Amino acid sequence: MNIIVCIKQVPNTTDVRIDPATNTLIRDGVESVINPFDTYAIEEAARLKERCGGKVTAITMGPPQAESALKEAISLGCDEGILVSDRKFAGSDTWATSYTLAAAIRKITDFDVILCGKQASDGDTAQVGPGISAHLNIPQVTYVKRIVEISAGAAKVERMTEEGYDIVETPLPCLFTVVKEINTPRMPSFKGMMRAKSAKILKWTADDIEADPAALGLDGSPTRVVKIFTPEARKGGETLSGATDDVSKELVELLKDLVI
Amino acid sequence: MDYLLTEQQVMMRDLARKIADEKIKPVAAHYDETEEFAWPIMKIIADSDLFGVYIPEQYGGLGGGVMDMCLITEEFSRACGGIALGYAGTGLGTFPILLYGSDEQKQRFLPDIAKGKRLAAFCITEAGAGSDAGSIKTTAVKDGDQYILNGTKQWITNAGEAEVYTVIAITDKTKGSRGASAFIVEKGAKGMEFGKKEKKMGIRASATREVIFTDCRVPAANLISKEGMGFIVAMKTLDNSRPGVAAQAVGIAQGALDHAVEYARTRVQFGAPISSFQAIQHMLADMGTQVEAARALAYATARMVDSGAKSISKESAMSKLFASDVAMKVANDAVQIFGGYGYMRDYPVEKYLRDAKITQIYEGTNQIQRNVIAGHMIKESLKKQP
Repeated sequence: MNIIVCIKQVPNTTDVRIDPATNTLIRDGVESVINPFDTYAIEEAARLKERCGGKVTAITMGPPQAESALKEAISLGCDEGILVSDRKFAGSDTWATSYTLAAAIRKITDFDVILCGKQASDGDTAQVGPGISAHLNIPQVTYVKRIVEISAGAAKVERMTEEGYDIVETPLPCLFTVVKEINTPRMPSFKGMMRAKSAKILKWTADDIEADPAALGLDGSPTRVVKIFTPEARKGGETLSGATDDVSKELVELLKDLVI
Repeated sequence: MDYLLTEQQVMMRDLARKIADEKIKPVAAHYDETEEFAWPIMKIIADSDLFGVYIPEQYGGLGGGVMDMCLITEEFSRACGGIALGYAGTGLGTFPILLYGSDEQKQRFLPDIAKGKRLAAFCITEAGAGSDAGSIKTTAVKDGDQYILNGTKQWITNAGEAEVYTVIAITDKTKGSRGASAFIVEKGAKGMEFGKKEKKMGIRASATREVIFTDCRVPAANLISKEGMGFIVAMKTLDNSRPGVAAQAVGIAQGALDHAVEYARTRVQFGAPISSFQAIQHMLADMGTQVEAARALAYATARMVDSGAKSISKESAMSKLFASDVAMKVANDAVQIFGGYGYMRDYPVEKYLRDAKITQIYEGTNQIQRNVIAGHMIKESLKKQP
């Protein structure tokens, strides 16, 4: 079973700051980590390998420093890492990012499963995983909370919904995005860390993945960010007090004014 | 303080620190309260490869030494001295095999210990043989290609949980301490039983039980070294393991100190954080200095042991003596800084005080350590006489 895990390096904070001039993330002064949701994808890949054998390849698109995220992925059980990096990718939206990652994955050719975290903690779009499967024209199951059965050509998974879960059967290759309920990621092992330290990370450019230059980066991104802002915090509500009859009358009048 | 650790040691320490902070700290109070053995944590440590740091690579370990073991033990102890003992006690039980075992014995036992698949325990203490280790009564009588063990070992760390036991027993009553021998006994051996789990003041996440041998047959192939070497095996084992107790004590002291500094910064009395009062500042300064001095002595001793130095008893005793006294004092002062809150079990520092106390007692009381140190000093002085 050949497994590909797509990961993203993100700022280690829940309080993402935006540069109002460029509408992009401020990364300065914030430690970079693997997107927390992706750690569940890495763990699931490592478990699938333990279950079925095979190889796990971690892949990321990002600046050169994203290499450290791939090394960490290797220390957590991935066999190799591929860094897709080129200045031409700068400014990619989710469409261009998923196009680029799909082009890189197409180069790997032999794969059964692609695993992604359900979304990234910085952009929160949850679009790149599904986008990759669309570009590759393979099936996708999002919000996977359990891989029940998996064999050479098919898998049965549980897909989390608000009410419970769906059981989905799918042929392979297939892309799964996973939720945190799927597992508890392991700690890195010392031997894994040593392996990661000496691991050679493959570096692929736009030319290497034979991508259409017009589909890359800012030019290849149909999304235009007009404005990005932090919404104002909600003010506290109004409290009515007094005798029940008076308060309920007052409340009815207030509701009438609001024309609900 | 920069202790000039190797890159590999820094990686090991950071990994142990991550496990301590993310996995041990959140459950330390739970295991202290329930006195359960922290198997889920042992599994995490096993998967991290850290059980093998002091075991040679040819037996599946990482090829480090006592220094590496100390770094790990210290980090775990900072979060919980009791849980750390599941790790350190395995080291104690493994040293007899590591130091005196045959290649065959090492092949048979060390790989599983390095992987954390099996924990180990060291059995010397008996009801009537504590500081007076020479008066042990457990016997081992040879019968063909087996030894038959009879006797009861007391207060054995990891007993019942561990799979590999190194046991000191008397094979020749007429020879005193030269009549003792060391054996490897595997859990499940017929005639081997465990007593009830002891209820302790501290290190409550650690399992302490009696190990009872009743006509327990052990293959002669499990005799470590040869008959009569038991006491030497035991003493060398303790020489090697005491820096580990020192590291445990340093970890406990550091944990208590970290809590004390943080609390002093945030606790407001008389309109100011108590860390602004000189009385508190001086306590913190002394605590910090003492912890660093204990750490320096523990590391220096561990490195001396790893260098292959022949005579390490004095230094090993010094490191254990000093660090455990520091742990007790620093934990005590940490409770004092917390005031009434420190005495409450809802707050974390009283546990450090309870956990620290044992480090002054086990693997030789601090009074015995002083005997060892003074004995060596007097011998060294005598040698200098013309």
